[in-house]
Amino acid sequence: MKSNVLRAGLLIAAVAAIVLLPAGCKRGGGDEILVGEYGSLTGTTATFGQSTNNAIQMAFDEINAAGGVLGKKVRVAVEDDQSKPEEAATAVTKLINQNHVVAMLGEVSSSRSLAAAPICQANGVPMISPSSTNPRVTQVGNYIFRVCFTDPFQAEVGARIAWEILKVKKVAILSDVRNDYSVGLQTFFRQHFKGYGGEIVAEQSYSEGDSDFRAQLTQIKSANPEAIYVPGYYTEVATIARQSRELGITVPLIGGDGWDSPRLWEIGGEALNGCHFSNHYSVDDPSPAVQKFVADYRKRFNQVPDALAALGYDAARILADAMKRAGSPKGDKVRDALVQTKDFPGVTGTITINNERNAVKPAVVLKIENGKFVYVTTVKPTGT
Amino acid sequence: MTTFLQQLVNGLSLGSIYALIALGYTMVYGVLRLINFAHGDVYMLGAYAGYYLSRKLKGSEPSLVGALLVMLGAMVFCAIIGIFIERFAYRPVRRAARLTLLITAIGVSLFIENAAQLVFGPDPKFFPSLAPRADFLVAGVRLTSEQLTVIAVSVILMILLRFFILKTRTGKAMRAVSFNLDAAKLMGISTDRIIAITFALGSALAAAAGVLIGMQIPKIDPLMGINYGLKAFVAAVLGGIGNVPGAVLGGLLIGTSEVMVVGYLSSTYRDAIAFGILILVLLLRPQGILGRAQKEKV
Amino acid sequence: MKALVRAVALVAVLFVVSGLLTGSLIESVSISPYFLQVLCLAGINIILAVSLNLINGFTGQFSIGHAGFMAIGAYVSSFLSITFGDRIRGVVSFAPEAVQNSLLLLAVLAVGALCAGAAGFLVGVPSLRLRGDYLAIVTLGFGEIIRVFIVNIDAVGGARGLGGMPKLANFFWIYLFAAGTVAVVTRIVGSSFGRTLIAIREDEIAAEAMGVNTTRAKVLSFVVSSAMAGVAGGLFAHYLIYLHPNSFTFIRSFEIIIMIVIGGLGSITGSVLGAVLYITLTEGLRQFAQYRMVAFSLLLVILMIVRPQGILGHRELRHFLGKRRRASEPPPPAVAA
Repeated sequence: MKSNVLRAGLLIAAVAAIVLLPAGCKRGGGDEILVGEYGSLTGTTATFGQSTNNAIQMAFDEINAAGGVLGKKVRVAVEDDQSKPEEAATAVTKLINQNHVVAMLGEVSSSRSLAAAPICQANGVPMISPSSTNPRVTQVGNYIFRVCFTDPFQAEVGARIAWEILKVKKVAILSDVRNDYSVGLQTFFRQHFKGYGGEIVAEQSYSEGDSDFRAQLTQIKSANPEAIYVPGYYTEVATIARQSRELGITVPLIGGDGWDSPRLWEIGGEALNGCHFSNHYSVDDPSPAVQKFVADYRKRFNQVPDALAALGYDAARILADAMKRAGSPKGDKVRDALVQTKDFPGVTGTITINNERNAVKPAVVLKIENGKFVYVTTVKPTGT
Repeated sequence: MTTFLQQLVNGLSLGSIYALIALGYTMVYGVLRLINFAHGDVYMLGAYAGYYLSRKLKGSEPSLVGALLVMLGAMVFCAIIGIFIERFAYRPVRRAARLTLLITAIGVSLFIENAAQLVFGPDPKFFPSLAPRADFLVAGVRLTSEQLTVIAVSVILMILLRFFILKTRTGKAMRAVSFNLDAAKLMGISTDRIIAITFALGSALAAAAGVLIGMQIPKIDPLMGINYGLKAFVAAVLGGIGNVPGAVLGGLLIGTSEVMVVGYLSSTYRDAIAFGILILVLLLRPQGILGRAQKEKV
Repeated sequence: MKALVRAVALVAVLFVVSGLLTGSLIESVSISPYFLQVLCLAGINIILAVSLNLINGFTGQFSIGHAGFMAIGAYVSSFLSITFGDRIRGVVSFAPEAVQNSLLLLAVLAVGALCAGAAGFLVGVPSLRLRGDYLAIVTLGFGEIIRVFIVNIDAVGGARGLGGMPKLANFFWIYLFAAGTVAVVTRIVGSSFGRTLIAIREDEIAAEAMGVNTTRAKVLSFVVSSAMAGVAGGLFAHYLIYLHPNSFTFIRSFEIIIMIVIGGLGSITGSVLGAVLYITLTEGLRQFAQYRMVAFSLLLVILMIVRPQGILGHRELRHFLGKRRRASEPPPPAVAA
């Protein structure tokens, strides 16, 4: 009986092998450098992935036009993770094993970065996340970097929005249990806000993908908060804003960079007026570098670039810069060069990467008014 | 107290949606003893039909008449889809083993979901405003015009359905077929036609639910049918599968308990509630609240 | 004695094949890591398909909650290897690392399988009283409830996923367990207990009338099936080293059903074939990912209409390698003179 099994097994293995052989691999050629990118091109956070991808393409097109990196052109192999962490893991595995990329760019969402980072770390492929803010991402290992600030700082900015700008003492929290970003932000927000003397009057949660928040909002309303902290992603946040107004909740909502999307206003509409959120950059920043980036992006993609695009742009350029400084696209050398990145002129600010492989940068506070994100103020991290 | 009442209203409007979808499940099971897994996806198609129709109306002011037209359009569209599915996927296997039927239903469901992702795109879409908005404050409880519309339309449709089943000849034929298909055939009832009508009716109701949900929670996506469909199925079983008033009762109960659990306990157990109730029902009283126990004949 | 020799031969062959494929035997001989991954996933699918076939195909009980038991095996074994891995290794620290890893894997898989089997018992006892459609829905419900519970347990990462397991599973172990699963199920089916199960499938009331304790038999096969799914889950977890509840939805259960239906519900060989075919098509058509599921589901419907018994129906491989006639088969009809 077992020999039948054996025969069957080997037969099938052979057949499968033959069938799969043509499902070949796309390697980087000798005269180009292949960089991997994984992001949410579809799904509930589709604009995150699309914006980042647009900006990365634009960045490398500019770099290639100026001669490329180390005399070679850079090509980007992109995989869509459909806004799902398990797909992020699969995408990265494929990019590393099948396409043999030398470096990885991604992701925006901290949960998806956390799913992919161990795989990059185990394979010695340097990974730069443009916009993941949860501190655990870079703690995965010494090949994992980011070019944005982290959530302990962002939550502090959120708490200051409540305490200093809106001047409220009682806040309710409505967070997304399904992703690390939201869970991390609300934890740190609570610490900071209570530290100022504020009070958290209600806490409710939802799951990314939910579309009905009335039950949670009804409970929050009964606690009479003066503001609601909603550190989630734009699709749910916009719906929450609408439904809260329908239920008669008039207090402002506060949030983080997960709000930044051209679709936020499209979905939420007037319900969002008067709401504030923390972000990485403002389109209205008068500095010439930012304005040139905004103009170029607008011309090419017919859209104003959001913070995710700006960070994607910076991440791509920092990677190219690190390869040039290292003199080689090899993983370990690029990693060493990345850690030494100092005062890199990015459109999201001057970027220095510290020993924890994070970037120390200020945050901006934006207010939503009639479809526009209006600049309010800049908050620098304590100690700078 | 007002919070509780508010949650009750939330639950009733959600429950009405479940009830509308559950009616389709229960009617089809009644005549065919088939769990139409694809029913939730018909609901999704109704929502999308409503979406595209309402975009055609774009520019004109949101009005009650416009909303009604969109709903009717979606209902007709889905009725046709329902007849289509029955004719080409279920009729060929009608006499086959139950397992085969179930797998076919699963296959149809997967097909519709994936085809929808392909055709409409996998990203969520947002319903434009259909009916004019107005909010009412009653005893501290806030009723949006959307919620009122959902409850009102659901009630009207259910009354119409009940009238149809109890007072018309076709309705009587449907009841006969659900009692005993072969005997009904012997009585000269065209069972194929009646089954097609059953599917059409159930699908139309699901489409109405889809448009209503689009009005209330503006987000629709190709996989929305899975969750709502499963919970509506639980509602049908809870009320007694094959029993029309049972489906309504089940829908309201499931909707209300879901809202209560999310509001007072935790939102993460939202999906588990429906299944938990299902398991309890099937273990303790498999015929449901209003159903009658079926003896299996050898 | 013969069985022992065969078992040792199997292990040796697998060892060699595994070494060749991964390049650990001869430096320059190996296949691409991507390829290897596909083969390994195929092996895990074989375990899932064959174990599900025991309950669906041979006992005729329609269960669509298999992913839930896979999840239990995956999460329990991962939790153990992350939390107690070092301690377990410490117990056998005198042995070389490869042996340590193997023992760790076997230990966590065993516990995972046990828990999955226990869950199978808890689910089976109340549910198996139900028939047909109701059983299907209840098992679907239980599968989802298990998943929702996992989402709510923070200690295993909940909705954010779980990582950090050591990569203990490889081609050798996966295919060893796959072969083992096939062997076990084949033995069960060939035994008198197996005939009981088939009797239940054919006509449960008649079987009951013949004195078969149908509930006990059904629950037993359910428990065995779930335990094997738990093993598959543990191997899955320690191969991909990342777990997320989204990998264990009823879609996963449906995929396993598709595999055994394509292959033929009453055929073990069919399940193996179906599992391999499924993963091959899935990976081979990855570029056409969007069209893939549309095509699969359409194929499933057409298959049900045209050939519901799947490719092999009730037949096994031995029917095709027909030289040895088994005692249980009827002799060929006498040729008319």
